[in-house]
Amino acid sequence: MLRLENISFQADGKDILKQIDLTVDDRFVAITGPNGSGKSTLLKIIMGLLTPTSGRIYLDGEDITELSVTERANRGISFAFQQPVRFKGLRVRDLLELAGGRDKKGGERFAHACEVLSEVGLCAKDYIDRELDDTLSGGEMKRIEIAMAAARGTKMTLFDEPEAGIDLWSFQSLIAVFEKLYQETSGTIMIISHQERILNIADKIIYLKDGEVLEYDEGVRVMEHLSSDIRPAACSVLLNGRQNTYAGKR
Amino acid sequence: MDEIQKSLLKEVAALDALPVGAYNIRSNGKSAARNTTASIDIVTKSDKQGIDIIIKPGTKNQSVHIPVIISQSGLKELVYNDFFVGEDCDVTIIAGCGISNCGGEDSRHDGVHSFHVGKGSKVKYVEKHYGEGTGRGKRLMNPTTVIELAEDSVMELETSQIGGINDTLRVTNAKLAAGASILIHDKILTEGDQKARAELFVEMNGDGSSCDMISRGVAKGQSCQEVVIRIDGNAACNGHAECDSIIMDKGVILATPQLKATNVDAALIHEAAIGKIAGEQLMKLMTMGLSEKEAEEMIIRGFLQ
Repeated sequence: MLRLENISFQADGKDILKQIDLTVDDRFVAITGPNGSGKSTLLKIIMGLLTPTSGRIYLDGEDITELSVTERANRGISFAFQQPVRFKGLRVRDLLELAGGRDKKGGERFAHACEVLSEVGLCAKDYIDRELDDTLSGGEMKRIEIAMAAARGTKMTLFDEPEAGIDLWSFQSLIAVFEKLYQETSGTIMIISHQERILNIADKIIYLKDGEVLEYDEGVRVMEHLSSDIRPAACSVLLNGRQNTYAGKR
Repeated sequence: MDEIQKSLLKEVAALDALPVGAYNIRSNGKSAARNTTASIDIVTKSDKQGIDIIIKPGTKNQSVHIPVIISQSGLKELVYNDFFVGEDCDVTIIAGCGISNCGGEDSRHDGVHSFHVGKGSKVKYVEKHYGEGTGRGKRLMNPTTVIELAEDSVMELETSQIGGINDTLRVTNAKLAAGASILIHDKILTEGDQKARAELFVEMNGDGSSCDMISRGVAKGQSCQEVVIRIDGNAACNGHAECDSIIMDKGVILATPQLKATNVDAALIHEAAIGKIAGEQLMKLMTMGLSEKEAEEMIIRGFLQ
């Protein structure tokens, strides 16, 4: 279970996140909201890539606010970046081995990581010795990034907009990867997405706007509100609904 | 051969035992072991230190190992090795030099390797330089590689100096005839107060010749590296040079790519970049459980792989 307590984040004098107070105890949570609403910032704060201006973070009751990225990774948090990082010289194999882990079961998990790579549509034997440099397309890098995070099979996996840069044909296999991760682990998936197909399979949806959680409720209910959000006439109804829903969760 | 010498041999030539095929192992200034085959002869030079390696035309899928190891503090040598590769060959040559210096005097190996590669032949050349030891004496190496590629021949070089050498001047000069091509991967890691200068110079003199040079360097501590890469295009040819460096701590790197074209159909490109390890690269590996130091080591190992 993840608990965010009064998390705020400021950058250049601007409030990016405003006193976020959330308890995530569902298995598949989607985060959505307009550009600049603070979605990526929120996930990066959970991973430790950014330090909150104020507030505390608890993972399974342990205060992890002061823990480094490495310590959080080793406690069971994984992160798939929106913009995958390229490395001159490092190969897909190197990251697969890392995803497999360094303990006795590393070998088995390496094989599992190869399977996940195949599941995102990249034949492992064709890609395992490819360099993670400019010779891979943006879409290939993105799928490798998602596969590596999923392959760690940790108790919490964070995906920052996995659909960005993915073609329509590969998208279906991504959904299957999330579903399999959901079924095979007992962990939590938090995923930033604007895709209706992902939002539809989420247990809960967090709707962020201007650094505030306007909604945090079951996917179906939030989707109803979001679809009415595009009709200006329904704005006032939606606003009341949001306040009621979020207040209820707190 | 004692344990230090065996360890050096493993480091520079990945040898646990005597290799298969032709070889000449030079240890502390003398030939320690040699083997020739029906198609590869090795002859000691009579006028100076060194050997001639003569590879008969048509020799395919064979290798030659010529590692040099020095464990005697204060030893200084200048060695000339000449390779005569006949026409239509396909061979791999593993060279390399390891110095272990636990004494107070400087140890130094200067090697001049000259390649005469025959028409249509293919040569892969791997050279690794390595130094170790706790003595005050320095470990010095100055390798010079001179290459002449005949028509339609191909040469691939993987040269590296991964730590332990206090001072080095590495010079490679290659001349290409029509249809010949060369691929050079040169890697240097310096640390502490080490100094390294590398000069890679390829001259393309025949139509249809091509070259691809990739130089990668990592300068740690207060070490200093200077890399000069030059391609001359004197015919209808294609040349690409890439000089990529990572700088850490108070290291210094000076990279100078140079292109010279004397023919309108010479297509030459160079790229050069120097920078620190990107923070996002470290972060990515840390999200997979590595510490910052482990992530840094993995990035450098990959970069110099």
